[in-house]
Amino acid sequence: MPGFIALAGGAFICFALAGLAADAPFRSHMAVMALVLAIGAAFVARIPERSPAEIEAEQAGYFDAPIRYGTILTVFWGCVGFLVGVIIALQLAFPDLNLAPFFNFGRMRPLHTSAVVFAFGGTALMTTSFYVVQRTCRARLFSEPLTWFVFWGYQIFIVMAATGYLLGITESREYAEPEWYVDIWLTIVWVAYLLLFLGTLIKRKEPHIYVANWFYLAFIVTIALLHVVNNLAVPVSFFGSKSYSLFAGVQDALTQWWYGHNAVGFFLTAGFLGMMYYYMPKQAERPVYSYRLSIIHFWALIFMYIWAGPHHLHYTALPDWAQTLGMVFSIMLWMPSWGGMINGLMTLRGAWDKMRTDPIIRMMVVAVAFYGMSTFEGPVMSIKSVNGLSHYTDWTIGHVHSGALGWVGMITFGAIYFMAPRLWGRKQLYSLRLVNWHFWLATVGIVIYAAVMWVSGIMQGLMWREYDADGFLVYSFAESVAALHPYYIARAFGGFLYLLGGLVMAFNIWMTIRGKVRNERPIIQPTAALQPAE
Amino acid sequence: MDILGKHGVIERNATLLLSLSLVVVSIGGIVEVAPLFYFQNTIEKVEGMRPYTPLELAGRDIYIREGCYVCHSQMIRPFRDETERYGNYSLAAESMYDHPFQWGSKRTGPDLARVGGRYSNEWHVQHLSDPRALVPESIMPKYAFLASAELDYGNIAANLQANVAVGVPYTEADIANARSDVIAQAGFEANTSGLLERYAKVTTGDFDGDPMKITEMDALVAYLQMLGTLVDFTTYDAQANYR
Repeated sequence: MPGFIALAGGAFICFALAGLAADAPFRSHMAVMALVLAIGAAFVARIPERSPAEIEAEQAGYFDAPIRYGTILTVFWGCVGFLVGVIIALQLAFPDLNLAPFFNFGRMRPLHTSAVVFAFGGTALMTTSFYVVQRTCRARLFSEPLTWFVFWGYQIFIVMAATGYLLGITESREYAEPEWYVDIWLTIVWVAYLLLFLGTLIKRKEPHIYVANWFYLAFIVTIALLHVVNNLAVPVSFFGSKSYSLFAGVQDALTQWWYGHNAVGFFLTAGFLGMMYYYMPKQAERPVYSYRLSIIHFWALIFMYIWAGPHHLHYTALPDWAQTLGMVFSIMLWMPSWGGMINGLMTLRGAWDKMRTDPIIRMMVVAVAFYGMSTFEGPVMSIKSVNGLSHYTDWTIGHVHSGALGWVGMITFGAIYFMAPRLWGRKQLYSLRLVNWHFWLATVGIVIYAAVMWVSGIMQGLMWREYDADGFLVYSFAESVAALHPYYIARAFGGFLYLLGGLVMAFNIWMTIRGKVRNERPIIQPTAALQPAE
Repeated sequence: MDILGKHGVIERNATLLLSLSLVVVSIGGIVEVAPLFYFQNTIEKVEGMRPYTPLELAGRDIYIREGCYVCHSQMIRPFRDETERYGNYSLAAESMYDHPFQWGSKRTGPDLARVGGRYSNEWHVQHLSDPRALVPESIMPKYAFLASAELDYGNIAANLQANVAVGVPYTEADIANARSDVIAQAGFEANTSGLLERYAKVTTGDFDGDPMKITEMDALVAYLQMLGTLVDFTTYDAQANYR
C-alpha cells in the first residue's frame, strides 16, 4: 500500500509539473514520467496482500526480495545496454540508420553508456551489495522501506535519465549527462543508499567488516562526493529542463574528468572489486589469497585513483603540472590494480582445475584477466606521448570496452550465475552448457571488439599526423573517416556476439527461475577408469 | 608489519572506515582542482573574449542538446598537424564563458574549435540537413529538422540570467535586450546598432536562408560561425602567460 501511494503520488506530481513546465522538453519529460509512474502504481496495486504468516516467514531470513528483482533487472538492463550499443555501432557504419531527432547518434550514445554503466552496472552493484553485506555481516538489511526506496528510486533515476536523453535533455557531461532535477533525485536516493549500507554494517553480528564491504562502502561514499560536486549547476527555471554548470572552461573540464575517471575508478572498479572479493572465493570455495594484500590494495587504490583524472586532458589548455601529476599517478595506479588482480587470481591456488570444469569460475577468471589487461593498457595510454596519438581516437573506445565488457560484464555474469539458483531455491542452474556458450560468445566478442578498435584507433591517429615528403598533410579528415568503415562493421559484429551471449544468459536465468533443469551432457565426461601401466 | 596488524581497529568500526575512506579520496581532487581557480594561466583574460550573444547561446544549447560534443572536440592541441589542420592551438581563456565546457573526448568528426568563418552559412545549412550531399564520406546524422523547428527564444533572457548566476558578465542591458538581440542578429531587424554595441565581432544575417522565421538552424549556424573567431592571433602574445 505505501508503494502504491508513493508511485501514484509521484505520478500526480509529475503530471502537475508537466502542466507548470517552462519549456517543451521538460513538459514531455514530466508527462512521460507521469505515465511510467502511473503504470508502476497500477502494477503495485495488483500485487496480492500477503498473509501475516507469509510476512513472518519472509522476515525470518535475509531480505532477498529486492535482490531477486535486482537480478532480473540487471540481466534486462544488460541486454538493453548491449542492444543499444550494437545499434549505435551500426549507425557509425551505416549513417542512414540515424532516425532524427530522437534516435540520432548524439542522443543514443549517452543512452548506451548510461544503460551499461548506470542501469546494468549500477543495478548489479546495488543488488550484489545487498546480497553481500547481509551474508558477510550476518545481519538483515536494517530497514525494509528504506531498501525499497533505494532500489526502486534508483530504477526511476534510470528511466528518467534514459527518456531525458532521447528528448534532448542533457548537461553534456560525459557519464553525468542527466539534468539538474534528475541529479537531485539521484542524490537523495544515493544518500539513502549510503545510510542503508552503513546502518547494516553497524548492526552486523560479525566482529570484522569483510573486505568486499570496504570496497562497496568506498564506492558508495566516493560516488556521492563526485556526483554532487560535478553536477553543481544553476537551473534556468525550477520548472524547466535546462541548467548551466557552475564552473566554466578549464575548471569545468578538470572537475568533469575528476568525476569521469573516478566513475571508472569507483563505480566500475571499486564496486566490482567488492563483487570479486565475495563471489570469487565463494564459487572457488577457497579463502581470499592474502589478507594483507587486500589492505594495501584497498587503501592504495582509493588514494591513487582520484588523482588520475587529468590524463583525459593531455595537451589541452589544462596546465602542464596538472597533466604530469595525472600521468604519474595513473602509472603508479598500475601497481594497486595488479595487486587486486593477483589477489583475485591467486584465490584459485590449488583449484585451477575448476577452470576446466566450472564455466562460472572461468568467467570470473577471464574477468580478472581483462581487469589486469585494461589496468595495464590504461597507464600506457596515460603516458603523454602515447596519449598524443591515442586521444580522440577509437583506441580509447576499445580500452573502455575491454574494461566494461571484459571486467565489469564478466564478473557480473559470474555473480548472477552464482546467485540465481540460491535466490530462487533451485538446486542448480538450468544449464551449465549455456553458461559455457555465453562465456565463449562474450569472450570472442570482446576480443574482436578490442582488436578492431586497436587497429582502427592507431590507424586513425597515424593518418591525422601523416606528412608527405614536401611537408604537407597527406590525408583529409574525411579520408580517415572513410578508412574506418570496415572496422566499424567488424566492431558491430563483435558487439553483436556479446549481445547474443547476454540473451543466452537471460534465457538461462529465466528457465532457472522457473525451476527447469536442462537435460544435457555434463561439462566433464566421466573418464573411463584409468588403466594401470603394465 | 605491525601497521597492517592494527588495521583490525578500522575493520571493526564502520564509521571510522567511512571517515578514513572519505579523507583518503578527497586529497587528490583538492590538490589538483583547487589551484585552477587561482593560477594565472588558467584564469587569464585574453583580448577579444566576450560572452555569447543570445542567438549564439541558443545555438550552443542546441549543440549540447543534440550531443554534438559526442563526436566533435573543441580543443586543438599544440601539435604541428593539429594547428595546420584546425588553426592556432586552443587557449584556456577561449572557453572561459563555456558553462559547461565543450572540449569533447572523441573525434569521430573533425575538431570544431575554429570552424567559425571557414564555410559559408549556405554550406552549413546544407551540410547539417544532409551531410553526405556535401561530404560523401561523412557518417554524420542528418539534422534537417532544425530548419523547420522554430527557435523558442521567448524566455531567452532567463538563460542569460542563469549564466550571470554562474559568473558570466552579462550586463543589465544585455538581459533587457536579449529577445530583441536574437531578432536583430537573425536578420529580422534592420537596426542592429544596439546588438553590435553590446557584442564585438558579431555576424548578423539570415543564417538558414529562410526569411519567414527564426529557426533552430539559424541559432546553431550562428554559433558555429563564431567558434574560435574572437581572439585575434596576430596580436596575441603567447609568452605573456607562458607556463
